[in-house]
Parts: sequence; C-alpha cells; structure tokens
Amino acid sequence: MKIVMAIIKPFKLDEVRDALTAAGVHGLTVTEVKGYGRQKGHTEIYRGTEYAVNFLPKIKIEVAVPSDQADKVVEAITAAAKTGQIGDGKIFVYDIDHAVRIRTGETDAAAL
Amino acid sequence: MTLKTLIRAGLAGLAALTVAVLLIDPTLAQTAAPAAAPAAPAAPEIVVNKGDNAWMMTSTVLVLLMTIPGLALFYAGMVRPKNALSVLTHVFYTVCIVTLIWVIYGYSMAFTGGSTYVGGFSKLFLSGVTMESKAATFSVGVNITEYVYICFQMTFAAITPALIVGAFAERMKFSAVALFIPLWVTLIYFPIAHMVWYWAGPDAIDAAAKALAAATTPEAKKTAQAALDAVMADAGQVFLWGAIDFAGGTVVHINAGIAGLVGALVVGKRTGFGKELMSPHSLVMSMIGASLLWVGWFGFNAGSNLEAIGGAPLAMINSFVATAAAALSWMFAEWLVKGKPSLLGVISGCVAGLVAVTPASGYAGPMGAIVLGLIAGVVCLFFVSTIKNMFGYDDALDVFGVHCIGGIVGAIGTGILVAPMLGGTGIMDYTTGKVADYDFATQVWAQCKAVLMTLVWSGVGSFILFKVVDYTVGLRPSVEKEREGLDLTDHGERAYNM
Repeated sequence: MKIVMAIIKPFKLDEVRDALTAAGVHGLTVTEVKGYGRQKGHTEIYRGTEYAVNFLPKIKIEVAVPSDQADKVVEAITAAAKTGQIGDGKIFVYDIDHAVRIRTGETDAAAL
Repeated sequence: MTLKTLIRAGLAGLAALTVAVLLIDPTLAQTAAPAAAPAAPAAPEIVVNKGDNAWMMTSTVLVLLMTIPGLALFYAGMVRPKNALSVLTHVFYTVCIVTLIWVIYGYSMAFTGGSTYVGGFSKLFLSGVTMESKAATFSVGVNITEYVYICFQMTFAAITPALIVGAFAERMKFSAVALFIPLWVTLIYFPIAHMVWYWAGPDAIDAAAKALAAATTPEAKKTAQAALDAVMADAGQVFLWGAIDFAGGTVVHINAGIAGLVGALVVGKRTGFGKELMSPHSLVMSMIGASLLWVGWFGFNAGSNLEAIGGAPLAMINSFVATAAAALSWMFAEWLVKGKPSLLGVISGCVAGLVAVTPASGYAGPMGAIVLGLIAGVVCLFFVSTIKNMFGYDDALDVFGVHCIGGIVGAIGTGILVAPMLGGTGIMDYTTGKVADYDFATQVWAQCKAVLMTLVWSGVGSFILFKVVDYTVGLRPSVEKEREGLDLTDHGERAYNM
C-alpha cells in the first residue's frame, strides 16, 4: 500500500478530484496548507507599504492506494494539476505499514 | 497623590506654552459652533424652528453612527484577527465614557464663558438647562433647543478620542486606554473646543451692535461700544484670532491626529513591527466602516450648520465631492506609483477627503472642495507611505497621516477657499450683518495659528498624559500577552471562533 501525497494549486482541486475518481480512487483527504518552493512568495501593498508574503496557500491531498495503482494515481494527478507554470506543486509517494477501517475492523487492502 | 501632582504640573506646562503662542494680534471674524446666547436687551424674539431641531437630532445620531459602528469597523478591519475586539472595545468604551463626562462637566467646560482658553463650571451637571433652554445658531433670532445642541456636540467629543486609539492599536492595555480617554477629553478636547468654537452668538452681537447704532449721546455711545466689545471678546482664543473651522478640522482631526502620533511614539512600536506581516485582517469590514463614516459625516458637516438652511446643503455637497475626489486621487496616485489601485487606498482616500473638507464644508464652494479633496488624497498617501517609512514610527492605523495631515491641509485650505472670488462664502460679520472683506494673508495666518495652537496644546498635553498613564497603570502589556493578542489577554474572548 502506498500513500500518494500531492501539494497542488488550490484552484486545481476539483479537476484533480475528477481525475482521481476516473482512475478508480474512492476517497481522499484534503488539507489547506501554506508553503513555498521555487515560486517564492508575492508582495502585498497596504497604504503604500509593501509586505513580502513568503508562504503561499496550497492544497495538500492524500490518497491511500494499493501499491500497483500508485503509478496510475500519480499520472492522473500530474495530468490534472499541471498548468506548466512555476508553483504547480509536487507529489510524494511513500509506503504504508498498516491500515484499518474503523467501522468494520477490516485491515490493509480491504480497508482502503 | 502622584497622579494629581503630575496632572497639575501638566496643566502648568500647558499654560506656559499657551502664553508663548499668544503674542499675536486678535482679529475679528466668525466661525462655527455657538453657545447659548445670553439674553440681550431689546433683542428680537428668538424662535426655535421645528425643522432645525429635527435636522439637528438627525445629525446627532448620524455622528454617533460614524463612531459606532463606522469608525470601529474601519479600524477593526485593519488590525490582525487577534486584536479586532480590542479595537472595537476601545471605540465603544470611548463613546460611553465621554457621553457621561460630557453632561457632567464637559459641556460646561467647552461651551460656557470663562477664560478664552476654557469655559467655566456654570453648567456643571447641565445645571439650569431645561426643555425650554435655547442655543444659538448662525442666524439672528433663530435658536435650537439646547438639549439637541448638547447632544450634537457630545458626539463630537466622543468621536475625537476614539480616533486616537487607531495610532496605538494592538499594543496598548485596555486599562491604560480606560484612564487615558477621560484625562484627554478633559484636559485637551474641552479646552480646544472652547478656544475654537465658543462665542457669544449672533443674537448677542446683533443686539449689542443695534444698541450702539441707537445710541445718540457720546456718553451712551461709549457705553454701548464697551458693551459690544465685551460681547465680541466673549469667545475662545482661536476664534478671536479669526480662524474659521466649520465642523472640526482643528478641534477633531488635527487634535486627535497629533495625540495619536505622540501616543504611538510614547508606547513604542508593535512587537515584530517591520519584520512580521501585519496586514489588515478584513478589508471587507474596513470598507463597511469607511462607508458608514461617509454617511455619518453628513451629520458631522452639514449638521454643523446648526440650521436646515443653505449652509447645510452646501456642506453636504462639499462632503460628497471632496470625498470622491480624494478617494480617486489616492487610488490613482497609488496605481501610478505602486502599480495597483487598492480598495484600502480608495477607502483611505475617502476618509482623508472627509477630514480635509471638514473645516471647509460650510465655507468653500463645490469646485474648491474638489481641489481640496484631490490635494488631500495625494498628500495623505505620501505621509502614510513615504514619510512614515522614512521615520519608522508605528502609527498603526495612520491616525496622524490621515487625520492630522488631512486636517492641516483642510484647515489651511479653508482659509483660501473661503474667498468669495474662489467660490467661497466669505465670512459673515454679525456687527454689520454683511459678509466681511476677505484678506488672504490675514485669513491664512489665522488658520496657521489655529493649527499651531492645536498641535502644541494637544501634542504637549497628550505627551504628559501618556506619561502619567504609563507611570500609574502602565501602557503596554507584556510581550507574551501582545503576541497572544489583546482580545484574549485583555477581554477574555476572541473575534472568530471557527
């Protein structure tokens, strides 16, 4: 089992969700986050005074999938979240040791 | 005991400074805000017009609307979310405490005869005021009910100190504000309102002038002239200098603006100022507040005419056009220099325009008011961005940059734009019942003296009062409390529970 974790531009969330549904993913977790990468920040001007805003709002999504589906999910997210501009985000894939569905007590693959 | 001694020392200091400013010739002219006219012999029958009373009651609640929620929201939107309730509380508290002080002794100190610097205590606890009591307007033989005049002026006394709190927002303990506000209105606002606005009123002057005209024998003429001189001298010092201030450019805006700057300097910068992002937390809230300020300001400016006649609509149209002009000039200047036309720029320009037109609203013509607004917008922008950054003081919500600077632009501009040749109204001479001759140099110099008097009295006085408060209850919360936010540490609640 793998977790595919992606940091994307907030306005791309709906497209990514649609692409993941099409790829057979049945659930995901979304978190509003802030950070910076190559895009750096931007400036805001209040009454003529400039402020450098170093952390930009992004969306973090996390999807748990069977190992053999991970590549497909990564491809789906990449295709949907891409604008070609700096700041599109990153995807990280890592292993899951164990998974449990709370309601039924099912474990691992059955719990996904 | 220490507090009393300090206040006494402060008063003595103020008096000494005042004497220094005083070495200047008194000139005669008329300006805003009268007091109850003393009964004059053989005066024409004085009537109270129902329409005037109705308009003045409306204006009074409009000025309250400016302060709560207008100014409160305007300010609260510009601070960080952890201090929003703190600013709202400062403004609301100020309105309530000044309202009570005003009827107990404030009105008497501001609007009764005494010295030329401060009134007396003859109307302590509104003594002698009844439903039948009248207050003078700007027309001979026309009065309004004194209660409405008291309430109208009360709202001015309330908004002025409320303006100051923006300068030291996010870093002043509530207990310090709670002590500072009553001290400030007592020792700074009431005397300045008296100096600028107190006069005997048109009925008294008219009656004395008629008595002089009717006098036949040289002996009677001499007595009547002395009586007229006494009536003319029964006014505040700045009024006697001939300075005009229709709705409070000096009394309200310069006064609050310089006090704010002094407060910001004495209390020091916010922790993290210049390093951390201190952007406004809700410009939506600020926009609502600024709009309510504009609406309420019609009570402030047009209401200052005290009668629902020509001067009030003149003040109204000026308060429309100067404000729009200043909002646009700020916005376009910012667009040109910083690359983007911002909402905060438009609404800040709006307030700057309202401030600048305040003293001019009943004197300038509409085209003059537009010019005044255009100038005020760019001058205030220059002060809140370039000058503030150059000196690095933390006037958090730009009380100095907008109110003091806008007020100075307005006060001096009024002296120019009142000129009939520039579309102004000229200045009424109640001894002759005609508009007096206008002299540019005399009028502008009188305006400058009024500005200097206000800057010195309020600047020095406020410094002393902030120090008094610092030595007694202390001005600043601890750095930890400031970091956590004054909403939680001072008031035990938070603005947003989400």
